Amino acid sequence: MVEKSCLLKMEGVSKSFPGVKALKDVTFTLNRGEVHVLMGENGAGKSTLMKVLAGLYNRDAGRILLNGHDVAFHSPSEAIAAGISMIHQELMPIPHLTVAENIYLGREPVTFLRTIDRRKLEAMTRELFERLHLNIDPWSIMKDLSVAEMQMVEIAKATSWNSDIIIMDEPTSAITDQEVENLFRIIRQLKNEGSGIIYISHKMDEIFEIGDIITVFRDGEYVQTCPIKGLERSRLISMMVGREIQDIFPKTECAIADTILEVKDLTLPGIFEKLSFQLHRGEILGIAGLMGAGRTELVETLFGIRKKSEGRIIKDGKAIIITSPSDAIANGFAIVSEDRKDVGLVLKMSVGRNLTLTTLKNYTFWGQFMQEKREHVSIQDQIRRLSIKTAGEGQQVSTLSGGNQQKVVIGKWLLSNPDILIMDEPTRGIDVAAKAEIHKMICSLACEGKGIILISSELPEIIGMSDRVLVMHEGQITGELGRNDFTQECIMHMATGQCLED
Amino acid sequence: MNIVRLCERTSKFGIYIAFILLCVVLSILSPYFFTVKNIVNILNQVSIIGIIAVGSTIVLISGGLDLSPGAIVAVAGVMAAHFGHPGQYPIIVPITVAVATGLAFGAVNGVLTSLGKIPPFIVTLGTMTIGRGLALLACDGMQVIDLSERYISLANSEIFGIPILIILFALVFAVFQFVLTKMRFGRHIYAVGGNETASHVSGLNVNSIKIAVYMLAGALAGFGGLLLSSRTVVGSPIAGQGYELDAIAAAVIGGTSTTGGVGKLTGTIIGALMIQVISNGLDMINVPSYWQQIVKGSIIILAVFIDMRSRNKG
Ligand SMILES: Nc1ncnc2c1ncn2[C@@H]1O[C@H](COP(=O)(O)OP(=O)(O)OP(=O)(O)O)[C@@H](O)[C@H]1O
Ligand SMILES: [Mg+2]
Repeated sequence: MVEKSCLLKMEGVSKSFPGVKALKDVTFTLNRGEVHVLMGENGAGKSTLMKVLAGLYNRDAGRILLNGHDVAFHSPSEAIAAGISMIHQELMPIPHLTVAENIYLGREPVTFLRTIDRRKLEAMTRELFERLHLNIDPWSIMKDLSVAEMQMVEIAKATSWNSDIIIMDEPTSAITDQEVENLFRIIRQLKNEGSGIIYISHKMDEIFEIGDIITVFRDGEYVQTCPIKGLERSRLISMMVGREIQDIFPKTECAIADTILEVKDLTLPGIFEKLSFQLHRGEILGIAGLMGAGRTELVETLFGIRKKSEGRIIKDGKAIIITSPSDAIANGFAIVSEDRKDVGLVLKMSVGRNLTLTTLKNYTFWGQFMQEKREHVSIQDQIRRLSIKTAGEGQQVSTLSGGNQQKVVIGKWLLSNPDILIMDEPTRGIDVAAKAEIHKMICSLACEGKGIILISSELPEIIGMSDRVLVMHEGQITGELGRNDFTQECIMHMATGQCLED
Repeated sequence: MNIVRLCERTSKFGIYIAFILLCVVLSILSPYFFTVKNIVNILNQVSIIGIIAVGSTIVLISGGLDLSPGAIVAVAGVMAAHFGHPGQYPIIVPITVAVATGLAFGAVNGVLTSLGKIPPFIVTLGTMTIGRGLALLACDGMQVIDLSERYISLANSEIFGIPILIILFALVFAVFQFVLTKMRFGRHIYAVGGNETASHVSGLNVNSIKIAVYMLAGALAGFGGLLLSSRTVVGSPIAGQGYELDAIAAAVIGGTSTTGGVGKLTGTIIGALMIQVISNGLDMINVPSYWQQIVKGSIIILAVFIDMRSRNKG
């Protein structure tokens, strides 16, 4: 173990945006060989502080001391040169370049003719991936990767700089337990090499497993720093939200009625074949599986985003045809998609415009003329209901904090009042308190007789919320478990393809 | 503190301030600039390009690009003029012909870009070239002359002392402003331009929205072609050279994003006026025409630069 010397000290840092003070006079210290967890509700200012540190934002006030020297970075490249790299909450891949080119962008190995030395590039990438136990082809195109794989690539990229300080802003929001374990192994290794790691996450289990010390922010203000060992969960939550939270999975049992949806022989060539399952009114159907199991592809096909080659969809006993999302919506489907940046939101539009995008017709007369007052009322309701932290409904959605953006996606689909709600990683990046609220909402929707399909890479969420779980492995449904039967081990077993016969 | 806030407020209006400054400078340099007569003259001259720029703006907002308006102006002008000889057809015929020509071009642009998935730059570069050829073909390379009184009065009369072109421009602006801000279709245009995938998943029919947008832009260009042929009293196959670029410039100067999803018609109007005022003002202070082009280009870049700087602050 390297001696715990102070690596970084931030004092009195403030930062304002039009309409909000995102950081008010906050303090943060990081030592060598330490994992320092930064926690706080959505919009508390965590990402903002990290972006100030990484040279993306200029601070309004305060000091940053790196190894005892006053520094101010005006661009990410300056921060990287000083030994600070960052895994961003919002993934920022260059979609048309290959994985290897993305990782070594701007520092590609070159031949003596100054062209890119592809062989060396590949070797470097393979070596990096080997160290991280990653199984991704260096030459696959970035945009063809799943969100989880992209996140792993970002992690690989951040570690490839050999930085002293690595900032990880919700690195595990889209990856499954297996990759998380892998990441933790990497973090421990980095720690032993003397790096300092700043770790932001809303997942309690992770924090207690990997963190050494924790700092909590609330509403842009510093609350407290304390060691993680011996810290009570409930105390941590009340530090964060200022009150107690009873239950993160407030599962209410409600009557499961007749079949609302029946899927038969659904096939997406090359991904999955002949999948069949049913969903009932009042039921929350969890779908578990590892990265690449085909869960997202399954629901996207169901929703008409991808073209199925075969398969029947029967809703309430009647066969329906879904060839595009608008068909799905017309048939009472809604989908909270996994990828909020590219699929869920129009980032250039405001919070309000995003919330009403799918249901715009409800606020018109003759289908075209907007009734802005009625729309405004709905938007305000939704902002309140989901407690979306925003300077106003006109704020551009890209400037919301990650968790609040996620709430906008959920709010948008709740407004459409669907019969069948598909949720793909719905609580990605959402804080504990809001998570409990959203879980409560999901349960009450189920109790209203809707059918809910829940995909989550967080097993506790699947186990805590579902009435029934389907487990997928490499495009096949490898198991189905009722509420009384599922345990973490059992699901993991099926998800890795080892069938469990008993 | 107050100064900071003032800057924040005014930064939104960067382009408006630049425009006002330009006018002030020109008024000082030439006493004739700020007279009613000259202002009416400027407005009259900006009208046709302004109408076309409204179309270019909505195409840009929807995430597209249209290089064909200039060619549409020529084709539509020539076609309309064929039906505009004295004592042949009622005036509604050439009007319909011009607008229909524009709609047809727009439909081709829209279908090829959306269903055909060909980049709009390529598609509209193609239709622009085809349009130029068609315009020459439609009149055998000869200007169409001998137009009826009624036809000529389309762009050359006055209503309550206001030139009709200005009134038509104002009407087009008002209608499209309403569409963009108060109609569901307008919202859809912004959404599609901002993020096509998200719009598709939200249930929007992205292809038909795009086709409709290109058709509207085509119709506006066709209408502009009719007005230009009326104003110049001739259906010319080489009319409207470079209009597409002026229209795009007006939109972009006015803050419309070239990557889609962002833009305002009020900005486009200012942009169009800016271009017109620059030429008018430079004429007035006797800048030779070669120099005018250089100055004009520089001012366009400068205006957009200032605008972008003031936007990205913070
Ligand atoms: N570019 C910006 N423009 C305007 N407001 C911003 C901008 N970036 C962040 N904010 C605001 O600053 C506040 C803090 O945001 P930040 O992203 O730091 O939150 P966070 O703690 O990372 O939350 P989360 O857990 O949801 O990721 C939020 O209210 C957000 O809306
Ligand atoms: Mg954040």
